[in-house]
Amino acid sequence: MHSEKPKHDFEPKIIAFVCTWCTYAGADLAGTSRMQYPSNVRVLKFPCTGRIDPVFILKAFQQGADGILVSGCHPGDCHYIAGNYHARRRFAVFRKLLEFIGVDLNRIQFSWVSAAEGGKWVEVVTDLTERVRAMGPMVEFKDLVLEEQWSGNLNNPELQAVYEAM
Amino acid sequence: MSRIGVFICHCGENISRTVDVEQVAAQAALMPGVAFAVDYKYMCSDPGQNLVKNAITEHRLTHVVVAACSPRMHERTFRKAVEQAGLNPFLCEMANIREHCSWVHEDREEATDKAIEIVGMLVERVKKNRVLPTITVPVTKRALVIGGGIAGIQAALDIADAGHQVVLVEREPSIGGHMAQLSETFPTLDCSQCIMTPKMVDVANHPNITLHTYSEIEQVDGYIGNFQITVRKKARSVDEHKCTGCGVCMTKCPQKKIPNSFDCNLGTRTAIYVPFPQAVPNVPVIDRENCTMFKSGKCGVCQKACGPGAVDFEQQDQLIVEPVGAIVVSTGFELYRITEKTKGSPIKGYGEFGHGKIPDVIDGMTFERLASASGPTGGKIQRPSDGKEPKQVVFIQCVGSRSREKGISYCSKVCCMYTAKHTMLYHHKVHDGQAYVFFMDARVPGKSYDEFWRRAIEDEEAVYIRGMVSRLYQKGDKIVVMGSDISVGVQVEIEADLVVLATAVQPQKGADLLAQKLGISYDKYNFYSEAHAKLRPVECATAGIYLAGACQGPKDIPDTVSQASAAAAKVMTLFAKDKLEREPIVARVKESGCVGCFACKKVCAYGAIEEKEIRDRQGNLVKVVAYVNPGVCAGCGTCQATCPSKSVELDGYTDEQIVAMIEAL
Ligand SMILES: Cc1cc2nc3c(=O)[nH]c(=O)nc-3n(C[C@H](O)[C@H](O)[C@H](O)COP(=O)(O)OP(=O)(O)OC[C@H]3O[C@@H](n4cnc5c(N)ncnc54)[C@H](O)[C@@H]3O)c2cc1C
Ligand code: SF4
Ligand code: SF4
Ligand code: FES
Repeated sequence: MHSEKPKHDFEPKIIAFVCTWCTYAGADLAGTSRMQYPSNVRVLKFPCTGRIDPVFILKAFQQGADGILVSGCHPGDCHYIAGNYHARRRFAVFRKLLEFIGVDLNRIQFSWVSAAEGGKWVEVVTDLTERVRAMGPMVEFKDLVLEEQWSGNLNNPELQAVYEAM
Repeated sequence: MSRIGVFICHCGENISRTVDVEQVAAQAALMPGVAFAVDYKYMCSDPGQNLVKNAITEHRLTHVVVAACSPRMHERTFRKAVEQAGLNPFLCEMANIREHCSWVHEDREEATDKAIEIVGMLVERVKKNRVLPTITVPVTKRALVIGGGIAGIQAALDIADAGHQVVLVEREPSIGGHMAQLSETFPTLDCSQCIMTPKMVDVANHPNITLHTYSEIEQVDGYIGNFQITVRKKARSVDEHKCTGCGVCMTKCPQKKIPNSFDCNLGTRTAIYVPFPQAVPNVPVIDRENCTMFKSGKCGVCQKACGPGAVDFEQQDQLIVEPVGAIVVSTGFELYRITEKTKGSPIKGYGEFGHGKIPDVIDGMTFERLASASGPTGGKIQRPSDGKEPKQVVFIQCVGSRSREKGISYCSKVCCMYTAKHTMLYHHKVHDGQAYVFFMDARVPGKSYDEFWRRAIEDEEAVYIRGMVSRLYQKGDKIVVMGSDISVGVQVEIEADLVVLATAVQPQKGADLLAQKLGISYDKYNFYSEAHAKLRPVECATAGIYLAGACQGPKDIPDTVSQASAAAAKVMTLFAKDKLEREPIVARVKESGCVGCFACKKVCAYGAIEEKEIRDRQGNLVKVVAYVNPGVCAGCGTCQATCPSKSVELDGYTDEQIVAMIEAL
């Protein structure tokens, strides 16, 4: 189906932070079902979305990611009872910070993909890739890092403030 | 300096068709820290595993990355292989280049690039992996069973027969649950009491079973193999050890008109009572709300009458701590009440059926009591309002069930069968009576079930009407049932003497509160959730806790008993070992950095985090820090992402490991 695939000028780097029980398994299912999706995504596996520290997102942007996906079990289905609720609350606050520092929130996608939703995984990844491809490379944050010499240090005052808000 | 081995699998052609595995191997060999890289047709096969093992010794490898299928598939295989070659299993990682790469991309160049990057990420990660010791925890070979219906009884007996101690906790004064209330049971119509009471007596007499009736779970601490259960034994006001069960007290009690809930309030009981004659234990309990002594301070008739002096008005609730290694939850069900909308629940109630105000509209369990030889009418079918024998009885199925509008969309599973049973019992007792059944479909799969259902229609002449009832109202001493027969498309109106509703099966009230104490999950109806609907149907996701019976979903007796025996088998599997091995993916606190804010403690859903005092040599308190109990920690890592001082770390998923992967991009 991709045999006549158009080549693009810009291929975004997409990083996906996913929990092992639902979304990772959902992505596995997409594989076993031989579904096709853009190869831009790199998957980082976590036990649970509860483990995903917002700092990883900053770190990924700093490392050249153009788009980021955070995905885990549907509300109520977390393998660890409530990890995804904590994650949801955490990212709700974190989005504000990102917006404040000038990151276009369209570069970040939060979603729930269950172990049974291979198709949804494909959809989410494809949509995000296409959206970010259209947006072009992510520069704002890299500039910011240069300007302010952000060290990627995990406990600087700004982040402290965010943690407290959570 | 690490010496990493990278092993790239072709997976037959599954990977090599789209990924240039030789190139991946060539590129991997150039990655910093990699000492050896090779590709092979089937890495998981015996020769493949041997290739890994030999390379570890030959090349003195310190870490291993296997680039192949999903770690969910073969991580265990390769970690075991690595361990056999003398490396710590947690120094081996898998790079998923099949499910996440070769199978989902067609372009060979793109897929190869991606595979190289995935391998690169895992190479960087594995460098930061630490040696993790397998955690072993001791197992207390003693089980707790919560709820003494047929599920709990079966599970308790099976575990006890295997030679293990069992603590059975039942909320009511007697064990037995709903099955003890039933008259005769489908599909064989054998008398419920006759098959149930011997089992109840077995429980009472079993040397391995400790029975706490009239008791509830107060608190649950600990984890698989090592739970501490606090049981609240409610004050019975009768000393269980002194009471001989003679029953004299009950004959003397002046309060005789209290509705007996065991008989669905059809009969009455005294204030000091056993719910039914075959109760186990056969020890009365004083219902303090209705006892004259407790209400007015005067009476004490039962105390005077009691020969062994067992009545004790001063008795207090007792808290008993029971150490156990495994828990079976079997708290059963209750029936949907049509009376009104229940606060805070999606249940709507049935205004069109008179909201429970018509006395001769009863539920299925009440009918069981009417039909029971040991029930309040001695097995005669008499309607509650005037005791007359009803000549026309209408049964309505799916009341509450399968109705999104009424708040329950599931099927209660047992109603089709017990309604068929009711029409038979009715016809056996009232030969000139006529039974009508309103039903949506007949759902009667199960051994001998369809035959049973057909018998109700063909031999016992029940009239089945496919359709719903829209309204019920009282007219003189009749109840008018207005419904439709959708198979012929006409309205039907029946003047009935008695209406029996097959109301939905719901979890017990408070099922959610018990689940919260146990740390197990439940669905939106409060039915407890199994770990996997198909492959782990009796285990909870929380280790060491198992499910049996209707608390997990509507079930008939055969299914309940099967699940109970399965849960017992799971408990025995756990008890077969003295020690339990578990994955060492647990959180650890770096005490030096911990500021004692306990943000972690608040987010941990497992209660794994405790407060620990740090004292200096003189014994002065220096600070209080968090401590993660490795036996309880489930390894989600939520605490780590929450800790403001980055002082708690999840082994296997440390910041270092994750940042290494991100930096490899
Ligand atoms: C009207 C009717 C007729 C039926 N007829 C048949 C039939 O003919 N044949 C058939 O196969 N099935 C029949 N069934 C189904 C049958 O009743 C159930 O399959 C069976 O009772 C389920 O057993 P259980 O032990 O899971 O639950 P239950 O019988 O409900 O027992 C649960 C027990 O747990 C106790 N408990 C609850 N909460 C707590 C707590 N928090 N702490 C401690 N204890 C607690 C309860 O007091 C109770 O003793 C019928 C059901 C109904 C409603
Ligand atoms: S480990 Fe972190 S979150 Fe937990 S008490 Fe210590 S500082 Fe607070
Ligand atoms: S990893 Fe999860 S289960 Fe373990 S202590 Fe932290 S929050 Fe609790
Ligand atoms: S395990 Fe998937 S979100 Fe918690």
